[in-house]
Amino acid sequence: MINILLCIMAGIVVGYLAKKTTVVKYTGSLLNVTIMLLLFFLGLSVGSNEQVVSNFTTIGLDAFLLAVGATLGSLFCAKWVYKKFF
Amino acid sequence: MKQSIVYLLLFVVGVILALSGIMPDLLLNRDITTWVLYALLFLVGIQIGAGKNMFAAVKRFGWRMLMIPLATTVGTFAGVSLLSLIIPGRSLIDCLSVGAGFAYYSLSSILITEFKGAELGTVALLANIMREFSVLILAPWMVKYFGKLAPISAGGATTMDTTLPVITRYSGSDYVVIALFHGMIIDFSVPLWVSFFVSL
Repeated sequence: MINILLCIMAGIVVGYLAKKTTVVKYTGSLLNVTIMLLLFFLGLSVGSNEQVVSNFTTIGLDAFLLAVGATLGSLFCAKWVYKKFF
Repeated sequence: MKQSIVYLLLFVVGVILALSGIMPDLLLNRDITTWVLYALLFLVGIQIGAGKNMFAAVKRFGWRMLMIPLATTVGTFAGVSLLSLIIPGRSLIDCLSVGAGFAYYSLSSILITEFKGAELGTVALLANIMREFSVLILAPWMVKYFGKLAPISAGGATTMDTTLPVITRYSGSDYVVIALFHGMIIDFSVPLWVSFFVSL
């Protein structure tokens, strides 16, 4: 957790200081490349993990249920805020 | 949308290569992943630091704007907590970690994989992709039954990029600034919430 926060905070400081330079323009593309690299690695570790491969149906179903729960929960709260404040 | 498909494709190619067994073990080295992950977080930080000031938006539109990311967070955590009761073998913390992705599937799945393993990481990847797609497909229905803020809350961290076009279309252009602000706040909170839950 500490490492994560330090990495983000270091980035925020650098980003703030380099705000007006052109270097910042490339962070978007660099970010894209790191995400692609990491998702590829995630794919590799998923494919080589027998526990994940043999339970793929369960994983898919759990993911679906959690997506429904997260989305419906925020929909109900959004409805309340919309009626109350907007 | 195009970007999401490229991401998903890379993940699938990784799975297929690993299943076929032609990948050298070197690439499965976890140290490399950890360092790339740190680079990713550093870059996320740069984007936040160089981005437009979030507080300027609050000043312009008042504090009620903060109610929307708050609703998203509370609603999401309440929803996944309830479901943790009926999903066998998933703890409350695991469900909260997945929910804390707020549709930011790349970052959340990568972080969760690093700390909780590829199994829960895959759940996070799929669940958060489904959340993003639900907005892309169901936005008009969400507006009809849950009001104009509904697709913004449901879209989580994606309301400043991938789901912004559908939100503009179905909630109206008045809600663009709200969607951008909401996306920024939630986007920023994803690595914080996820790293908090996985450390519990």
